[in-house]
Amino acid sequence: MELLAVFPSLIAFLIAFLFGKQITDKGCQFATCAAVIVAAFVSCVLFFDVALAGHPRVVPLANWIVSGDFSAGWTLRIDQLTVVMMCVINIVSACVHVYSVGYMSHDPAKGRFMSYLALFTFAMLMLVTSDNLLQLFFGWEGVGLASYLLIGFWNHKPSANAAAVKAFIVNRVGDFGLALGTMAIFVIFGTISYEGIFEKAPDLADMTFMFLGFEVHALTLVCLLLFMGAVGKSAQLGLHTWLPDAMEGPTPVSALIHAATMVTAGVFLVARFSPVFEYAPDALMVVTVVGATTAFVAATIGLTQFDIKRVIAYSTMSQLGYMFFALGVSAYGAAMFHLMTHAFFKALLFLGAGSVIHAMSDEQDMRKMGGIWKMIPTTYVMMWIGSLALAGIPFFAGYYSKDMILEAAFADNTWFGNYAFWMGIAAALMTAFYSWRLILMTFHGKPRADEHVMAHVHESPSIMLSPLVVLASGALVAGYVFYTPFVGGASHGGPVHHVEVQGNEVTFTEGGIPTDEHDQSDEKKMEHDAGHEGGTHDDESAAPETAKGHSAADEEGEIAVFGRHQFWGQSLKVLPENDTIEAGHHVPTWVKLLPVVVGALGIFFAYVVYMWREGTAGKIAQIFAPLHRLFFNKWFFDEIYDRFFVQRAFRWGRFFWKSGDGAIIDRMGPDGFSSLSRRLGAALSRAQSGYMYQYAFIMMVGLIGLISWLIYRVTVGL
Amino acid sequence: MVDFPILSLMTYLPLVGALFVMMIRGEPGLVARNARFAALYTSMFTFALAFYMMVKFDPANADFQFVEKHVWFDNLKISYHMGVDGISMFFVVLSAFLTPVCILASWNSIENRVKEYMVAFLALETFMIGTFCALDTVLFYVFFEAVLIPMFLIIGIWGGARRVYSAFKLFLYTLLGSVLMLVAILTLYFQAGTTDIPTLMANPVARDLQMWLWLACFASFAVKMPMWPVHTWLPDAHVEAPTAGSVILAGVLLKMGGYGFLRFSLPMFPEASAHYADLVFWLSIIAIIYTSLVALVQEDMKKMIAYSSVAHMGFVTLGIFTATTQGVEGGIFQMISHGVISSALFLCVGVVYDRLHTREIGRYGGLVKNMPKYATVFMLMMLGSVGLPGTSGFVGEFLSLLGAFKVDTVVALFATTGVVLGAAYMLVLYRRVVFGPQVNEDAAALPDLDKREMMIFLPFVVLVIWLGVAPGYVMERVSPSVDKLLTQYQGHLTSAAEAQAPVESAQEGDTEQNPAADVSLPMPEAQTDE
Repeated sequence: MELLAVFPSLIAFLIAFLFGKQITDKGCQFATCAAVIVAAFVSCVLFFDVALAGHPRVVPLANWIVSGDFSAGWTLRIDQLTVVMMCVINIVSACVHVYSVGYMSHDPAKGRFMSYLALFTFAMLMLVTSDNLLQLFFGWEGVGLASYLLIGFWNHKPSANAAAVKAFIVNRVGDFGLALGTMAIFVIFGTISYEGIFEKAPDLADMTFMFLGFEVHALTLVCLLLFMGAVGKSAQLGLHTWLPDAMEGPTPVSALIHAATMVTAGVFLVARFSPVFEYAPDALMVVTVVGATTAFVAATIGLTQFDIKRVIAYSTMSQLGYMFFALGVSAYGAAMFHLMTHAFFKALLFLGAGSVIHAMSDEQDMRKMGGIWKMIPTTYVMMWIGSLALAGIPFFAGYYSKDMILEAAFADNTWFGNYAFWMGIAAALMTAFYSWRLILMTFHGKPRADEHVMAHVHESPSIMLSPLVVLASGALVAGYVFYTPFVGGASHGGPVHHVEVQGNEVTFTEGGIPTDEHDQSDEKKMEHDAGHEGGTHDDESAAPETAKGHSAADEEGEIAVFGRHQFWGQSLKVLPENDTIEAGHHVPTWVKLLPVVVGALGIFFAYVVYMWREGTAGKIAQIFAPLHRLFFNKWFFDEIYDRFFVQRAFRWGRFFWKSGDGAIIDRMGPDGFSSLSRRLGAALSRAQSGYMYQYAFIMMVGLIGLISWLIYRVTVGL
Repeated sequence: MVDFPILSLMTYLPLVGALFVMMIRGEPGLVARNARFAALYTSMFTFALAFYMMVKFDPANADFQFVEKHVWFDNLKISYHMGVDGISMFFVVLSAFLTPVCILASWNSIENRVKEYMVAFLALETFMIGTFCALDTVLFYVFFEAVLIPMFLIIGIWGGARRVYSAFKLFLYTLLGSVLMLVAILTLYFQAGTTDIPTLMANPVARDLQMWLWLACFASFAVKMPMWPVHTWLPDAHVEAPTAGSVILAGVLLKMGGYGFLRFSLPMFPEASAHYADLVFWLSIIAIIYTSLVALVQEDMKKMIAYSSVAHMGFVTLGIFTATTQGVEGGIFQMISHGVISSALFLCVGVVYDRLHTREIGRYGGLVKNMPKYATVFMLMMLGSVGLPGTSGFVGEFLSLLGAFKVDTVVALFATTGVVLGAAYMLVLYRRVVFGPQVNEDAAALPDLDKREMMIFLPFVVLVIWLGVAPGYVMERVSPSVDKLLTQYQGHLTSAAEAQAPVESAQEGDTEQNPAADVSLPMPEAQTDE
C-alpha cells in the first residue's frame, strides 16, 4: 500500500526513460499518467487511514549508508505531515501529467518530458517519506536534479540552460547548509533519524556547541543550517534568484515544481523539524524575518513584471514567504494549510497561464495580450478562481489559510511577529493588485497581439481543461473543508489534559471533520472556539499573553488539545507557550478583517489603474521612478551576485591557474628544475670551447687549487 | 579462502600475457589484432580471478587474507609477502576491472605500435595489482615505482603533442617523492629490522623518527594523490595521455597515494599523522577550493576533469586524516567511486575525442541532439562527480565531510564549499559540450555511441548507481579493516601519551605490556644505536 503510493512514479520513469523509443510517446504518456493517478488514489486512501484514523506508520525498506555509528536507511515514514504532502504531490502531479499530454502535444520529446515529470514525483515522494535526514537529502537533491532537467528541457535554448544551471547551483548553496546541518545533527544528536532527533531535542535545549571557534546554542545552529537549505529550495530572499529564471521551463513544470511542490519542500522541512525548532527561538525569529521580508520584496517585484509566468513566480515566492513566517511564529499547521491551498490555486494559475500561452502561440509578455477573455472563457474563469483564492477573498481557499497565518503572526505578539503581520498585510494588498493587473492585462482591454496570433487564439483541448477543473475545485473548497483539521480550534472542547490521555489514537470525527453544524462559516466556528475556551479558562481574552498563561497552567504536557492536534498527532510539535494558532483565533476583529479589506482594495486599485483609467500605470511608474527601477530590476540581486560571486569565482580561477599553477608552482618546481639543468648544461657546454689554452688554464687553476688545499691540510695537521 | 596463491596469480598473469604478446610475430595488421585479443583475454581472465577473490573474501575478517609469505632475501629478512584486507581488496578489483576496459577503449584509437602498447598496459596491471597486494615495504616499493615506467611510456609514446614535456613532468615529480620514500623505507628497515608491513604497523617507531619518516612518505604519496601544491603534473599528464592512459591514471594511480596513507602513514606513524593532520586538512581544503576554481575556467575538457580529480582527492585526504570511522571509510569509498566515475568521464571525453580530435570545450555544443545515449551516460557520470545522492560520488564525499565535521567544524565548512563549486564546473562543462545550440557543424553531426562503446559504459553506469544506492556491499567489507586500523591507531596514540607521562610506575607497566610504547619514549638515541 505504502509502496504503491511512492514507487509507481519510479517505475514509470524507468519505463518511459529507458524504453521510450520502443513504447512510443503514447506509451510513455499512458504509463506515467496511469502511475501517478494510481499513486494519487492510493495516497488519498492513505490520507484517510493515516491522518483521519490516526495510524501513522514507518516502513523500513533497506539499509543505505552504514559507517561506524552512523547509519541511514531507506524508509517510508508516513505520518500525518507526510500524508498531507503525499496527497498534494500526487494529486497536483496527476493533474500536471494529464495537462502535459495536451500542452506538450507539439513537442518532439514528449516521452522524455513525461519521464522527467515522473522522476520528479518520485524524488519528491522520497523527500517527504524520509525517516532520516540523509534520505531527505536524497529526495532534496533528486527534486533539484529533476528541476534542473526540466528547466533546461528545451536544451537548445541558451537561456533555458543558463536558468537550469543557475537553479542547480543556487540550490546547491542552500544544500551546503543542509549538508552541514545534517553533519551537525549527527555530531550533536548522535543520530540522523527523526525519531532519535526529536526525542533528544528537549534534553539538548540548553546545550552549546563549538562551531568555527564560537560557542553557539546547538539547536539554533542546527536549525539555522537546515533553514539555509530551506531558503535555497523554497526561494526565500537571498537564494531566490533562480526561481524567476526557472520559468524558462515548460509551463506544466512551473506549475508542478516551481509552485505546488518542490519549492514547498523548505516549508515541509521546517515543519518536519518543528520539535527542534521549538527549542530554538532565535532560529524561529530568523525564519520569521526572512519569510516576512521575502513576502514583501517578492510582491513588490511582482507589481512590475510583464512576463505572465514571472508575475506568478514572484507571487509564489511571496506566498512561500507567508508560509515561512507562519512557521517562524510556530503556526506550523497554518503553514501547512497554506501550503496545501496554495498548491491548488497556484498550480491552477500556472496551468491557466499555460493555457493562455498555448492560445497566444507561445507568447508570454502581457503587453502583447489583451482582449481575449471571450475567446477562451473557461481559462478565463479558471484564472479568476485562482486569483480570487490567491488574493484571499472570502470563501476561496486562500482566504482561510492566509488569514490564519496573518492572525497567528499578529497573535505572536513579538516584534518580529508584528513585523511579519504588517509585511504580510502590505504583501496582501500588492498580491491582490498584481493578480488583477495580470487578469486585466491578459484578458481585457484592446488586443495588443498581432492579427496572426489573434486569429489563432483558441480554447485549450479538454485534456488540458479537465485538470484545471480539478484544481479549481480544490482552490474553491480546500480551505473551507480542511480548516478545522489543519488549524481548527476546540470544536469538541474539553479541558486539555483529558484528551491528551487519549493521545494519538483519538479519531476526531466528532470534532475534527468539518460538519455543517460546526463549520457553517469561519466566524461561527470561531465562536465555538471562543465559547469552549471561555468555558475552561474564563479569564482568557484574545491576547497572546494569555495563551502563554494558559500553557503555564497546563502542566500536563506540551500538546494542547484541539481538532488540529488530533489531526497532526505527533508529526508537528508546538510548545504551549508558542501556540499562536490558538491565540490567532482570538485576535481582535480588525485583524481578521484587515486582510480581506486590503485584498478588496488591491483589486479595486487594479481596476482603476488598468481598466478605468488606462495610462495611469505609466504615470505612477514615472512618479516613483527610482522605486520602480528598483522593483523592475528585482532589487538588483542578480547583478550583485554576478558581480560579487560569479565573476569573482572566474577571476580567482584564472588567477590560480595562471599565477598559482603556472607562474609559481611550475616555475619553482619542474619547469624551474628543467630550465636550471638546461642552463647548467648550456654553461657547461660553453666551457667546452675547444681551445687548448683555455683547458690548460683551467687545469692550471685546478692544480694550483688542489695543491694549496693539500698544503693547507698538511700544515694544519702538523 | 582459496587453496591456490590467487594474489600472485593475479599479479603475474598479466606479465605472462605481456611476454606472450611480445612474442607475437608476423604481418603487422595481424600482429595488432592478435595483440589486442591476447591482451583483452589476459586482462579479462585476471578480472575474473579478482572477482572470484572478491566473492571469496571473508567480510567479517579484519586481517589480511589470501596471505602468501615466502623467504625472499633470507639473510636480509626481506620476504615475499602478499595479502589483502578490506582496505586494499577493492583497489585490486578496481585495477583488474579497469584494465580490460582500457584495452577495449584503445581498440581502434591506438594504431601505432599496438603490440608494445598492449605490453605496457599488461605490465602496468601487474604492477598496480602488486602494489595493492604487497605486504613488504621493499616489495611494495618495487611495484609502486615500477608503475611509473609503463605509465611514462604510455604518455611519452602514445600521447599528444606535448607528450614528452608531460611525461618528464610526471617523472620528475614522482621521482622526487619516491627517492624520499626509499630513504624512509631504508631507515625503517635499519631501525625496526624488518620490512614486513603488518609488523611495522603493529610496532611504530619512535616519535621523533616518525616525524621525519612521515614527511618522507608524505612527499611520495602527496605527489601521487596528487595534493596541492604538487598537483601540476596531473593536468598535463592527463591532457597528453591517450584516453586509456587517463583512465588508469585517474582510476588507479591516484589511489596509490591514498592507499599509501592508509597503509603507511596512519598505522606506522600514528603520532606523526596526528601531529600533521592539520597540515593535511589545510592542504586538502586548498586543493578542494583552489582546483575547483581552476577547473571552472578550463577550456580543455580533460584538463577540467583532471583538476576536478585533484579536488575530489582533497576529500579523500581530508577524510583519511580525520582518523574517524566515517572519515576513513568515506575516503576509501570516495577513492573507489572516483575510480569509477572519473574513469568513465575520461572515457566520455575519449568518445568525442576519437570522433573530432579536439578536447576544446568550445568546439562542441548541442551534442544531445545527435548523441542522446552519450548525453545520458555523460549526464550520469557528471552527476556522480557532482556527488548527487543516489550516485556513488555522494557516499564518499558525505562521509569524509562528516568525519571532518566531527574533528574540526572550520575544516568541514570550507571543504563543503567544494560541493557547490564542484556542481558549478561540472554543470558548466556539461552545458557547453552537450546542451546549447549546435554551433559547430562537425560536432553536431557526430554519431552516437556504438555497440562497443555501450558495452564499455554499461558496467560503469551500473556501478555508479549500485554503489550509490546500496553501498553496503563495499562498506561491509571495508569497515572491519578500518575499525582495526583505527583501534590500533588510537591505541598507539594513547599508549604514547601515557608513556610520555612522567609517572614512573605507569611507565614500567606500559613498557612490559606493550612493546610499542617504549619506542615512543623520548629517548630515540637509545633505539637508533641498535
